[in-house]
Parts: sequence; C-alpha cells; structure tokens
Amino acid sequence: MDLDWFPFWLSLRVAALSTLIATVGGVWLAYLLANRSFHGKDALDAAVTLPLVLPPTVLGYYLLVVIGRESWFGRAWEAVTGAPLVFTWQAAVLAAVLHSAPLLIKSARAALESVDHDYERAARTLGASEWRLFLRVTLPLASRSILAAVGLAFARALGDFGVTIMVAGNIPGRTQTVAVAIYDAVESGNGTAARALVLAVSALALGILWLANRLQARQAAR
Amino acid sequence: MISVRVRKQFAAAPGSVAFTLDLEFTAGPGVTVLFGPSGAGKTLTLECIAGFLRPDAGRIELDGLLLFDGVSGVCLPPQERHCGYVFQNYALFPHMSLRSNLDFAAERLPRLERHRKVQEMLDRFHLEEVAGRFPHELSGGQRQRGSVARALLAAPKMVLLDEPARGLDAPLRAELHEVIREVREGFQLPVVLVTHDLEECFALGDRMQVVCEGRIVQSGTPESIVEQPASLEVARLLGLYDLFQAEVRSLDPGARTSRLRVGEYELAAPYLPGKFKGDRVWMYVLPERVKAVPREGQRAGANRIPATLERTVERPQGMRLEFTNGLRAEVPREEFAAWGSTREWLIEFPPGELRAL
Repeated sequence: MDLDWFPFWLSLRVAALSTLIATVGGVWLAYLLANRSFHGKDALDAAVTLPLVLPPTVLGYYLLVVIGRESWFGRAWEAVTGAPLVFTWQAAVLAAVLHSAPLLIKSARAALESVDHDYERAARTLGASEWRLFLRVTLPLASRSILAAVGLAFARALGDFGVTIMVAGNIPGRTQTVAVAIYDAVESGNGTAARALVLAVSALALGILWLANRLQARQAAR
Repeated sequence: MISVRVRKQFAAAPGSVAFTLDLEFTAGPGVTVLFGPSGAGKTLTLECIAGFLRPDAGRIELDGLLLFDGVSGVCLPPQERHCGYVFQNYALFPHMSLRSNLDFAAERLPRLERHRKVQEMLDRFHLEEVAGRFPHELSGGQRQRGSVARALLAAPKMVLLDEPARGLDAPLRAELHEVIREVREGFQLPVVLVTHDLEECFALGDRMQVVCEGRIVQSGTPESIVEQPASLEVARLLGLYDLFQAEVRSLDPGARTSRLRVGEYELAAPYLPGKFKGDRVWMYVLPERVKAVPREGQRAGANRIPATLERTVERPQGMRLEFTNGLRAEVPREEFAAWGSTREWLIEFPPGELRAL
C-alpha cells in the first residue's frame, strides 16, 4: 500500500514558516523582556508564558475568536484573499506559532540575559546605540543559544495537535498535519501509516534536539 | 576636569547589608586613585560616573558637560558621557578580532580617518602584530593594552579603570602601570583608578582619595596621606603602621620633644602639636623603623618596651616579628637567626619616628 507522505511535508512547511514568524517576533519580545523596563512588563511576561500552561483547546478557542469568519481579522483576511482563513494550512501556521513561540521567547530571553553585562556596558561607553549594541554584541554572543532555541521551537511547532485541529481542522491533503494524520491513522486502524509517520517525526525531533544541545554546549564552552 | 557629588542608598538584601554611598571629589588631568577596602563603594562610584548606575541625588559634571543632576533630573546615558571605561576583565568582545574591537570604538569616524586612528593606536600600544587575533588568542598584557586602546579610541574626556591590576602577577602589573603612565602622559585626561593596593597608589597616583564605607575619609597625595593619616580609620586602612595608645605625660615646645606613657613605661617622642598633657593619643610608627632586641641581659627604658613574640612572618625585606601586644618590628634575617628562639624581646622606638594621629 502506498503511504501518503503529504502530512509530513505539510508539517515541515507549517513548522518552517511558523518558526520564522516566531523567531522574528520572539527575539524582539525577548529583547524587550531582557533589557527594557516598562509598564506592564510583568503582564507581558505572564501573557507570553500562558500558552505553555493552557490546554491547547483553550488556545485554539481563543485563536478561533480572533481569526474566525465573524472577527474583524477574519473578515479583513477574507476581503483581501477572497477565502476564509480558518480551516486552511495558513491557520495551522498560526496555531503552530502560538504553540511554539512561548518556548522560543523564554529560551531566547535566557540566552540574551546570559551575555556578560560588561560587554554591553563596554559597548555603551564606546558610544554604541542600544540598537547597534544589540545587533553587534548581544545577538552574536547569544547566537548559538538562540539558534538552539529556534531549533526547539521548530520541533515543537512540528508536533502541535490541539490548536491545529481546532483552527485548521483535519482535511486530508489540505490541512492534515502529521500529528493529526497519526491520530487519524490510529483511529481508522491504519497501523502502517501511523508507524511510518511516528518514526519519521521521532527521528526528526531527535535530530533537532541533538543539534540544539550541541549548539548550547559550544556556547557554554566559549 | 570632573567633579563628582553622589549619594545613593542601597537597601539591605539577602547577602548584603544596607549601604550608603555619599561622596564628593574632583579630579583634574593625571591619575586620581580611589583607594579603599573591598565593599567601600569604589566601583559603585565609577558606575555612577559612567552612567551604569543612577544616583539618588548629587551632581556629576565633566568638562562643563552635566552628566547627572539630581535636582533637574538630568541623567545622560553612558553613550553620551564620553567616559572611557576599562573593565576588570577587559571586556574585549570575544567574537571580534582585536582590530574589529578597535574599529567598533571608532565607528562614528569616516572610514579613512578611522583606519588611521586605529592604526595609530595599534602602533602606540605595540599591538600591530596581533591585531588580527581574537581576544582569547592574546596574552594578558596584550588584552589589557587592547582594552585601554579601545577605550581611548572613542575619544573620551576621561578614563575610568576598575581594579585593572587585580589578579595580575608582578610582571603584568608592571606592564599595566607602564600603560597607564602612557595614558597619563600622552592624553592629558583625568584618569580615575580604583584599587585596594597601596603600592599601586604610589606607583601611579597623582592624587589619592581614601574611600571607606561609601565616604571619602581623606584625600591628598599618596605621600602626604601616608605621612599623616587623618584618622585611626585611615591609619588602619593603610595597614602600614604599628598603632598603639599612649598618654601624654609632658610636652616641651622649646626642645620640640614630648614624653609619653605606655602602660608602665615611658617613651620619648617628638613634640605633638595640638595635644595637651594628659591626652590619650594614638601613636603610629612604621614597623620598618622599629628596632627589636632580645630581652636577655638588656634593660627596659631608653625608649624600649618589653614584648612577647607571637609569631614571625618572612618578608622580602627581612623578618617581621609580631608581638602579643599587637606591635610589629622588622629585623634583618641574619640578626634574627643569630638570636635564636628567644620569645622575650624589647621593642625600641627611635624617638624621631613616633607620630601622633
């Protein structure tokens, strides 16, 4: 019997795109949390951690409220693209972002904070603006740890089930990601497909973790 | 020219007691040393000047530029303060070559001029050959020169050095002192140096501020401070002297002499201006100037006080004897060997060497 690898490739694409979005936004948020003091910082910190502890169905519900066909965002999307956002693979990307960004923000923040403050202070006394100091000193010094965090976020994005099924559904060949496909395969008694996908996802996740650990070990050795 | 007046309170926290930084000083071109024990607030003072820490109150002014003013709320960020800072660990960026480190400091300059300035600085501090290396590939001396060169490239109006000699061995320390003299002679900037090493104060300091528990307790040239410590606190901080209490028995302004009573013994001393008969005074004397002889067959008197040897400490200059009454004396090593293991000694104070606080 021919195995359907579509869910695997879809998941890779969804995870890659969501990791890109989570990295750009997450490193920026991590920078704010690590370096700036502002009103509502504690609230922001709590808000970005919340997805780690909430049930995925709750996250999915919130996401539906925000991007559903009745919401202003959903309507704007529909007006621009001509089709609703919910139950598309793009919605799965958003689900994966929500699922993986908190981990990335937490790790990136720790990475930025672990950079010796004397380097940042030195850069300031040398006249470097906060922006230049971040790009030229803090970020390069934390780059390995951040890369490791990105790897972890990718692995986590790959594995989202709950949020995805709420907002993207389970449409074979369109929105069925690997985690959903495995559930589907087990439910319908298709053991061969389930085993193949399970092994593929496990091997990929293991590889990413190994890489992330190596990056972190080398950062620590510097 | 920098003038500093800062006040900052630190609340007690786990692992630290409450602490108040409250000090004021000015520093012109040349090296001003902030000397004091660890925890006195020396580094905190540098951090207030550089803008890493915001004082509660006070005023900091550098060459007419107001860096901080508690009343009007002015508090410039470190970027705008023109203070070069040399960190204890040098803080050269580990992911950049030495040349890139220097380029980073000169980035506001147009490219050609930047290149010229960086080259000039590399030559001045003998770093040309290692400019392409990364900090972890440099020797300790090269790192310290590189970090000073980098600070100077940002064209600072003053240079702050935070215990740069801490943990260095003697040759590296001598090398560092050369570098700091080079800065003093070549750049005519106020240099403020933090140290707890008195020898460093003498090697480098044009002026010295003695810092203790967040306050400045004495300022002057290193020589004048060692010659006349302002208080018992300063004398103890310097750690140089034998200190003991005595009672003034008589004063003779004509002969410029005085007589003191220490326990049951009398000592001759120079005239003590400003003291009166019957005063309890703290006397100080350098152990190097104090003589010691075994008591056997000798008599007390003649400015001698009996004392029991507690322990001996080998010193580069000779053998230091420490007595149970807290006094110390230094004798040449051969003499000490000849006298053997006697424990009862007489300490002899040359009258001219005794000073009163």
